[in-house]
Amino acid sequence: MEYFFELILGGLTRGSIYALIALGYTMVYGIVELINFAHGEIYMIGAFTALIFTSVLTLLGFNEIAVIVLASLLAVIYSSAYGYTVEKIAYKPLRNAPRLSPLISAIGMSIFLQNYVLLAQTSDFLPFPNLIPEFEFIKPYRHIIGSPEIIILLTTSIAMVLLTFLIKFTRIGKAMRATAQDRNMAMLVGVNVNRVISITFIIGSALAALGGVLIASHVGQINFYIGFIAGIKAFTAAVLGGIGSIPGAVLGALVLGLTESFATGYVSSDYEDVFAFGLLVLILIFRPAGILGRAAAQKV
Amino acid sequence: MLRLRNVNSFYGNIQVLKNINVEISRGEIITLIGANGAGKTTTLMTISGIVPARSGEVLFMEKPIHNMRPDIIVSLGISQVPEGRRIFPYLTVSENLDMGAFLRTDSENIKKDMEYIFELFPILGQRRNQPGKTLSGGEQQMLAISRAIMARPKLLLLDEPSLGLAPLIVKQLFEIIKKINIENQTTIFLVEQNANLALKVAHRGYVMENGRITLSDSAENLFSNENVKKAYLGL
Repeated sequence: MEYFFELILGGLTRGSIYALIALGYTMVYGIVELINFAHGEIYMIGAFTALIFTSVLTLLGFNEIAVIVLASLLAVIYSSAYGYTVEKIAYKPLRNAPRLSPLISAIGMSIFLQNYVLLAQTSDFLPFPNLIPEFEFIKPYRHIIGSPEIIILLTTSIAMVLLTFLIKFTRIGKAMRATAQDRNMAMLVGVNVNRVISITFIIGSALAALGGVLIASHVGQINFYIGFIAGIKAFTAAVLGGIGSIPGAVLGALVLGLTESFATGYVSSDYEDVFAFGLLVLILIFRPAGILGRAAAQKV
Repeated sequence: MLRLRNVNSFYGNIQVLKNINVEISRGEIITLIGANGAGKTTTLMTISGIVPARSGEVLFMEKPIHNMRPDIIVSLGISQVPEGRRIFPYLTVSENLDMGAFLRTDSENIKKDMEYIFELFPILGQRRNQPGKTLSGGEQQMLAISRAIMARPKLLLLDEPSLGLAPLIVKQLFEIIKKINIENQTTIFLVEQNANLALKVAHRGYVMENGRITLSDSAENLFSNENVKKAYLGL
């Protein structure tokens, strides 16, 4: 039974990270109908930036907590700037082009960013320091859950709540929903659509970078290629939940995380991906729009 | 108030508007009538900046607006009710109205305006927490007009408000349009295929054919014009 709980917690932790990345995919898709294949790279850049800032801040003699907070914050800001710039350079000029063009541009951007980090940093795995301190109160339950898991679950939950609040109740959130539902009409009520799209990319990138920092610190090593794999998984999660749907992305990510966790725990870690993508195939057969996705709205 | 001078607009390589000249004074209801594909909707989209004019000038209160972004044009006081209503389907009725007031910051007055709208259209008040897509066609049209009014526009552009609605509801809508014009001093530019209706509420009218303005006169004169009668009034 304890093993079962361990697997559940492991799955939720994994799912939380997928969710942070999947939200970026789904939000961008909801607004510009583009699969942003460079999104995984933003996550990877988040991890790298955090590593660099951690080293610098530790060298400067900041204490542990300050290092975590500042490094995460700086990584988030830095990656958001990347997300913003990628949109401006690679997608905005193609806003009215056929849909295939921005998709190809996104794949190009992904390859470019991977190789850019490869050249600027290294092709080897780099050790990433464990930023998360051990909590005393968790010691008795150490065999089920550790502090990194708690921090990941907690941070993700807070991020989700904030995002939900932003989208449901703020002016910019309403503008984002309106733009997603009918871009031209949003313009006609006075929404600066370009700004809304930029903000969407910034929020998505910030969440992905947060995921990058958390997972890098948890796993303990990073390289230039981690964005690709995480990106594919998060994309799967977004499709699973129904691309374009925000609660769908979170649900899809948690389902995916749990599936992988159970596959690893009860079958073999070699079969983790088989189960993950098998689930995707099944969902797409029986619910092509995803778990919470809605069929494309008919425009009258 | 609004002047289009030798406006030419294109979709890709296809020229839709050919040397359009339109003039609208403050407080008027002006109608633009014409057949399908004549360029009526494009005229409105050009004014709103969604399909920018390739040449010519659009002047609003003597200021050129043809190079401005759509959201800036809205902020100057031009709101549009586009063809097909274009309600935000998954926003509630009150959120749709909120979007209409997107550029306003006077939250006290926004609230008052919303109450005014719920008085004007009680059904919208009853359905204020329902998603827009669950409304009937007539209700959606009321919501679309209300959303545009929420911006407190100086000039209201209406694109085929009668399309697909029952005659009784159409009659109601046109009463409201007249009311908005008189009560709020809102200038109205009405695009209609239903020339009969449009000429009854309008002060002046323009007739459009194949992207050109072919006639412009007072509503009464257009009503009694033989060609207009034959082509658009079915008399």
